[in-house]
This record gives sequence, C-alpha cells and structure tokens, in this order.
Amino acid sequence: MTYENTIAEASTLPRREGDALLPELVAHLNDHRTDLRQRWAERITEAHLLSSMTPQEVFSEATSVYDNYVEALETGSVQALQHYARDLSERIIPRGVETHEVVGIVLLLRDVLARSLFTKYRDDFELLNRVLDAYEPAANRIANTVAVSFVEERERVIRQQQDALLELSTPVLQVRERLLILPIIGIMDARRAQQLTEQLLHGIRAHRAKLVVIDITGVPQVDEAVANSLVNTVTASRLMGADVIITGLSSDIAQTLVTIGVDLTKMHTVGDLQGGIEEAERQLGFRVSKATDEDR
Amino acid sequence: MKIDEGPSRARAPVPASILSQGTNLIVSIHTALDDEQLMLLQRDLLDRVGRQRAKGILIDVAALDVLDSFAIRTLADLAYMAQLRGAETVVVGISPEVAMAMVRLAVEMPLMRTALDLEEGLQCLTS
Repeated sequence: MTYENTIAEASTLPRREGDALLPELVAHLNDHRTDLRQRWAERITEAHLLSSMTPQEVFSEATSVYDNYVEALETGSVQALQHYARDLSERIIPRGVETHEVVGIVLLLRDVLARSLFTKYRDDFELLNRVLDAYEPAANRIANTVAVSFVEERERVIRQQQDALLELSTPVLQVRERLLILPIIGIMDARRAQQLTEQLLHGIRAHRAKLVVIDITGVPQVDEAVANSLVNTVTASRLMGADVIITGLSSDIAQTLVTIGVDLTKMHTVGDLQGGIEEAERQLGFRVSKATDEDR
Repeated sequence: MKIDEGPSRARAPVPASILSQGTNLIVSIHTALDDEQLMLLQRDLLDRVGRQRAKGILIDVAALDVLDSFAIRTLADLAYMAQLRGAETVVVGISPEVAMAMVRLAVEMPLMRTALDLEEGLQCLTS
C-alpha cells in the first residue's frame, strides 16, 4: 500500500470524546495567531533550519503552514494540508531543503502550540490532560502528513531524473557497415545493464551488426556485478551472431578485476576505443589508409 | 532446393520443414515445438546427416518467441551429436528477447554457432 492510500483512509481524524475540546483549542490558536507564529519563526531560526531561505520567505511559509495546520485541526481533514505540503515541497526541494528540516519545523510548531496550551490550562490539570488527548493525535497525524508528502515529492523527483538519465545514457551507434559502438558513461547497475543489453540486441538486429565495440572508459567502477552483466551482454550478443570487443578498461579496473577474481578470459578486450575500432575493421575486412595528395 | 518430406512427418506432424541445399540441411521451425516433437526432429535430422552426407545443419528459430530450457538442451545435444557424425550446426534468428532469456537461464552452448539470420548462417557454414 502506498502512503497516499494510508493517508486517504485516515484523512478524517479520529473523533473521540475529548474532541469536544477541539473547537475551543482552535479558537485559542486563532486568537494568538500573530504571537505564536512569531515564536515559531524564532525557534526555526534558532535551530538553524531552512538556512537556504531568507527570513522573509521563512516567515511567509510559516504563516501558510500555521494556517493550514490550524485548519486541519479544525476540520479534522488533512487533505488540504496534504495538497499544500506537496506544493511546498515542489517549491523548496530545488532549493536544497532537506527532509530533516521539514520534519524539524513541523515538530517545532507542534511543540510551540503544545507549550501555549500548557500555559493556558496549567491551573486545571484534569482539563489539560483532556485537551492534550484531543490535540496530540491530531498534531501527530499532521506532522506525519507533511513529512510523508515531502518524502514522496522527493522520490518522485528522483525517479523522474533516473528515467531521464536512462533515456540519455545508452546510444548504440553505427560507425561502419555492420559495426556498432556502444560507449557506456556513468555508473552501471542491474537496471541499467538490463536496459543497455536490450537496446544493444535490438540495435544488432536493426543494423545487421557483426561486431560491436563496447567502450567502458566512462564507467568509474567495475565490480563483480558489473563485470558479470558485461559477460551476459556479450553472451547474448553472440547468440544473435555478433561478436563483442570491450575497450577502455583502465589500469585501476584491470587490477580490481584480477584481484576479485572475475573471469573475463572469454571476452575480447582491446586497450582503447581507437584500438577496438581498428581491430573490428580488420576483422570485417576494412582497410583504412591515409589519403595522399593525389587522392584529394 | 527441394522440399523433402521426411519420415517423421508421416508419424507426427512436426511444424518444421527440412530443406536440403547442397551439403547443408536447412531447418525452419514454424511454431513452438513440444518436447516429443523436438525429440522427433532431433532423430530425423541425425538420420539425414548420415543419409545425405550433410556437412552443415542450419536451424532457423526466428518464428519462436520462447526457447525453453529443454529446447535449448535438445538443440545443444543435437549440435554435439551432429558433430560426432561430421556435421556442423548453426542456429540463426534468435530474437533479442530469446537471447536475454537464454542468458538468464545461463545455458552453455559451446558447440553451437549462432548467426543473425539465414544469409549469415549460410555464409558461416560455407566459409
């Protein structure tokens, strides 16, 4: 189940006997709005949260959060707050606001409000208890909603970026008739290796390739998993009738592979991309020669 | 090139045709074969290798979306048996999906050569 469902199901806060006190509580928070908001903004600055935003911005966001917070307490529905939290996250994530900051400010607001309730009801312990019974579950639910919305938004952004990266990162290019090159740049993981193999195999069929040069100069790290996925890519290509030459193994990577004992003896490797292409041309029967003046 | 109705076709209709071209046998599989049909095909092919003194077997699997582990094993065995009788085997037309599935199943096919399509495969056998 996603967080969204959880929240939607529980979007109406539980009503209990103590909830009769909620209207009174909301009235109190509305009456002391300026005062409490100010104190909260001060606490945020003291705790060095939201340091990437100007004090004016912090204050105006604090006002919106405060109003939404009180509204959620009043109506018992966190839906409006959830929308606002999403919107807020969308605005502040690009500015580098961290999860702990968002959770921090909501918890601070919870504390500031609780303090003010303590002060108001300190003479009647029994009543204070009941007020807190009404306040705490609602406040916790609100803090939860804001934090979850923020994290969800962050995850959405990350997923979007990952997809964009995958799209960009694996071109299969034809350099000669029946010769493809596949330059790999960036970190290889299982998902990328799979996608890369798929693209290469379709490229082999589309271009009727006989040889493929895979260049891994741009891969910063090769561990056992990456090496194995390379072996798989090579095996699959051979099944489709195309041979593979791997180029661009750096000295670091060569050392690592031998140290961790990965067996790449079945693979054909050449030092650099140029060497790989020259070798491929030789195997395909091309001869590249420098043009003389007469040829020009 | 002539279409040759083999003895196995009379026994059970195997949805595969075997053509002979020069010293090569060309097998094209039309739809997925069950285990029994695969065994029949294997036996039939081995018979013909001896009878027609074939030097090469070319198996076209382009029409197949799936090659299960039994089929792969049977083909690999066939390649080995054919080699014992003096013929070389090339499998052509493996689709990207099938290739990836075979890698995932980690099947080893040391004696079997593969090529992109019929044309490539024939070149492979003649060279």
